[in-house]
Amino acid sequence: MEFAYTEEQKMIQQAARDYAQRELIKDVLERDAKAEYPTHHVKALAELGFMGMLVDPKWDGGGMDTVSYVLAMEEISKIDSSVSVIMSVNNSLVCYGIESYGTEEQKEKWLKPLARGEKIGAFLLSEPEAGSDATSQRTTAEDKGDHYLLNGTKNWITNGNSASTYLVIAQTNPEKGHKGINVLLVDRHAPGISLGPHEDKMGMRSSDTHSVMFNDVIVPKENRIGEDGFGFKFAMKTLEGGRIGIAAQALGIAQGAFERAVKYSKERKAFGTEIFNHQSVAFKLAEMHTRIEAARLFCLKAAWLKDQHQPYGTASAIAKYWAAETAMYVTTEAVQIHGGYGYVREYHVERLMREAKLTQIYEGTSEIQQVIISRAIFNEVY
Amino acid sequence: MKKLKHSDFQYHHSYSCTFKNSIMSVLIYSEHTEGKFKKSAFELVAYGAAIANSIGSKAIALVIGKVDPQELSKLGNYGATTVFNIADGSIDHLSNHLFAAYISQVAEKEGATVVVFSHSNTGKALAPRLAVRMKAGLVTAASGLPTTFEPFIVKKSSFTGKAFAKVQINTNCKVLTLAPNSYPFSETGGTASIESFSPSVAAKPAGTQLTDVQKQTGKILLTDADTVVSGGRGMKGPENWAPIEELADLLGAGTACSRPVADEGWRPHHEHVGQTGKVVAPNLYIALGISGAIQHLGGISSSKFIIAINKDPEAPIFEAADYGVIGDVQKILPDLITEVKKAKQ
Amino acid sequence: MKILVCVSNVPDTTTKVRFSDAKTFDSTGVQWIINPWDELSLTRAVEFRESIPAVVEKVTVINVGPALTEATLRKALAIGADDAIRVNADPKDAFAVAFQIAEAVRNDGYDLILCGIESSDYNGSAVGGMLAELLDMPNLSAVSGLNITAADVMVDRDIDGGKEVLKVQLPLLLVVQKGIAKDARIPSMRGIMTARTKPLVVKEAVAGDTYAEIVGFDLPQAKAKCKMIDAENLAELARVMHEEIKAF
Repeated sequence: MEFAYTEEQKMIQQAARDYAQRELIKDVLERDAKAEYPTHHVKALAELGFMGMLVDPKWDGGGMDTVSYVLAMEEISKIDSSVSVIMSVNNSLVCYGIESYGTEEQKEKWLKPLARGEKIGAFLLSEPEAGSDATSQRTTAEDKGDHYLLNGTKNWITNGNSASTYLVIAQTNPEKGHKGINVLLVDRHAPGISLGPHEDKMGMRSSDTHSVMFNDVIVPKENRIGEDGFGFKFAMKTLEGGRIGIAAQALGIAQGAFERAVKYSKERKAFGTEIFNHQSVAFKLAEMHTRIEAARLFCLKAAWLKDQHQPYGTASAIAKYWAAETAMYVTTEAVQIHGGYGYVREYHVERLMREAKLTQIYEGTSEIQQVIISRAIFNEVY
Repeated sequence: MKKLKHSDFQYHHSYSCTFKNSIMSVLIYSEHTEGKFKKSAFELVAYGAAIANSIGSKAIALVIGKVDPQELSKLGNYGATTVFNIADGSIDHLSNHLFAAYISQVAEKEGATVVVFSHSNTGKALAPRLAVRMKAGLVTAASGLPTTFEPFIVKKSSFTGKAFAKVQINTNCKVLTLAPNSYPFSETGGTASIESFSPSVAAKPAGTQLTDVQKQTGKILLTDADTVVSGGRGMKGPENWAPIEELADLLGAGTACSRPVADEGWRPHHEHVGQTGKVVAPNLYIALGISGAIQHLGGISSSKFIIAINKDPEAPIFEAADYGVIGDVQKILPDLITEVKKAKQ
Repeated sequence: MKILVCVSNVPDTTTKVRFSDAKTFDSTGVQWIINPWDELSLTRAVEFRESIPAVVEKVTVINVGPALTEATLRKALAIGADDAIRVNADPKDAFAVAFQIAEAVRNDGYDLILCGIESSDYNGSAVGGMLAELLDMPNLSAVSGLNITAADVMVDRDIDGGKEVLKVQLPLLLVVQKGIAKDARIPSMRGIMTARTKPLVVKEAVAGDTYAEIVGFDLPQAKAKCKMIDAENLAELARVMHEEIKAF
């Protein structure tokens, strides 16, 4: 069993770390306070190849493996989860979905610009009335012969405004239940699309989140991915991979908070010594470190399984579930270790705590992950 | 693009560095700036003379370029017994390979077994070339006199200030560059004879053409300054720099800054002090609103005294400082200026 | 033109400095990186390689060191060098490094050779100048800017209180320092992928001399605790500056 990273994986990790620690750190607090989109960072990361790092080079992607992706996501998330969520949605949801299930023409037209990061993608599944229960799609894609007519509202869409390409999940044949759902490639600027205001979020405020309204939007038939009725399966399959990205993001948030807590506790003095030397703090750090290491192993295993083309749905659910819960725990303790300093923006840990909360909610809540895991246990499919 | 041929360069010859039947010497390369010597030049003469004394050699200074005899003779007051001057209008401008050839000629003529330079831009440019010519071991940025002469061991800072390396030179000839402000010295009251020297190496241009010189006028050079007043991010913005400049004027000091300040464009890049910027070794370094990141400390650790003012009592700068004040630097600076003015009266 | 960039393999700057015995740096658990100044000079060379490939036809990196330096050479390839050379040796002083490089490249006709001013571990400030002398090439030191066009090569050299702008002829060796490039280039995915297939040649060392050797290390003396002065009592600080520090 080989636990070491390859030289190439280390280079990718280092490149992500360098960019995050040199460039993202400069304005992360400002963008969080102002909820400002990281335009130049997205461009820079696109030029470095991070936005499509998993896509095959024949589609202008980086051709890297999922383990490298996990390492890169962790490094960026240690500093800036807003940027890493943009990267994750583009890579694991949109690019992966099109590359796995699209036709050659669809890949040529839609995938290449996304892989190059020239265009950003968004994944539109959640609705005002349907979050965890994705089978109850109310957005409709009426089959009009040579096109679909799209109507409805999607909620909580990451990259809602910055994206040029939408992957929209919508119901075509309600009488077939979830088997009537389709997935469509939609141009963000097609007539009939309007956006709600930028959501004023608790955390990851530099990434743009909007509700998206479709009013008689015409979508050509050739924009449908897969067979008629494939949409729900597409969504579930794509989310399996997306989970790994978010797990890695949560891992990075936790690790970033942990490193800051260690540094602080070695410098801060109380009762005559550095607070690291007080067992209550040392033991907290030991617990934090242990949980993070577990999260890391789960992420890497899920990534490895995916790279080996073995089933990874349960492994990725475990990784996402554990990493998100760990991120919430670690960031809360990190704030506590910092004392008063942990409560002010300048020290970053309060922001990391706000960011950690979302990882427990999106791309499948922790409760949904538990449903997935328990189902696997029941079916004895481990 | 026209390329020079190998034959365009002067072929060097190196010598074996064993001198019998001759009085040996320590050769001191004395840099001048527009015909004048700085403090560091005198420090180097004293250093070279001390080495000469220890090994029973003469202390000889070499000056390349036009310098008045009156100025040249000052070197005698720090321990040089002879000053050689190569003064020829066509070679006033530094040419590494030519100057190394000239120095090597003088060294050979005078039986120099040790050649010393300042660890300056020029010293760093010339010492390595000369060392190869002389088949001499080289130690740069020596932090003081050799700790022993047999074997010849010199200490120097390494790992960017985290440790001192003790380096032993095993060759007969040795070349050293002296780290700035490392050797305490004083006038000796001595005199030196001045001789002109004509190198027999033909002055051939290396194919470089000076097209422009950009100078920062009026300001005290950071590397020369006895006192440096430096500002960091704690100053909050370039509009708050006037008190720093005022304090610097009061103290006759140079102004400096930390890397983030230079990167933000608040201050010019040549003021950046740190591991990747300038390394300074003044008598006094005043750090204002600087947290003391390890890379910054790497540029100031050789300062004799460090005073730090910062609002964060946990700031690492206080580990490196000799004196510290905790508080808002914007409020403290004007008060400090008032107190310094008072004390000056 | 062909550019040679000399790279040194050094411990990451945040590494705790420890010694396994009196004279050997303890490298257990050390993260190795490209010497920061070499990384900047490589970045500048690669910028020209990409913007004017008809003029700058090849960028080669060279390192003198044991097998572990190959990871650093691969990173240099990922940044954009065309090929890499590792001279298999464990040099004990700067002369040994310069000598091995000179012997390895003497007949390869490099037009421009770039060396960083010093390495962040041993701070030698020697290899560049020594290499120039061994190759009988002219060199410029304290170089803080380089501009290559089809017509000419311009170099900025730092002088006391300013800088000179020089038009130069090749072949030439430049010893470079801060300013040669703004930021070290971060390798892109494409760069990392192509690094897999770019050549990394290992050459055996030639027998040569060592002129100096490190015989020990001393840790700096622990500094006396900082004397704190109250912000309400700045008159005391002024007194210290005048009487003890003699700053005025």
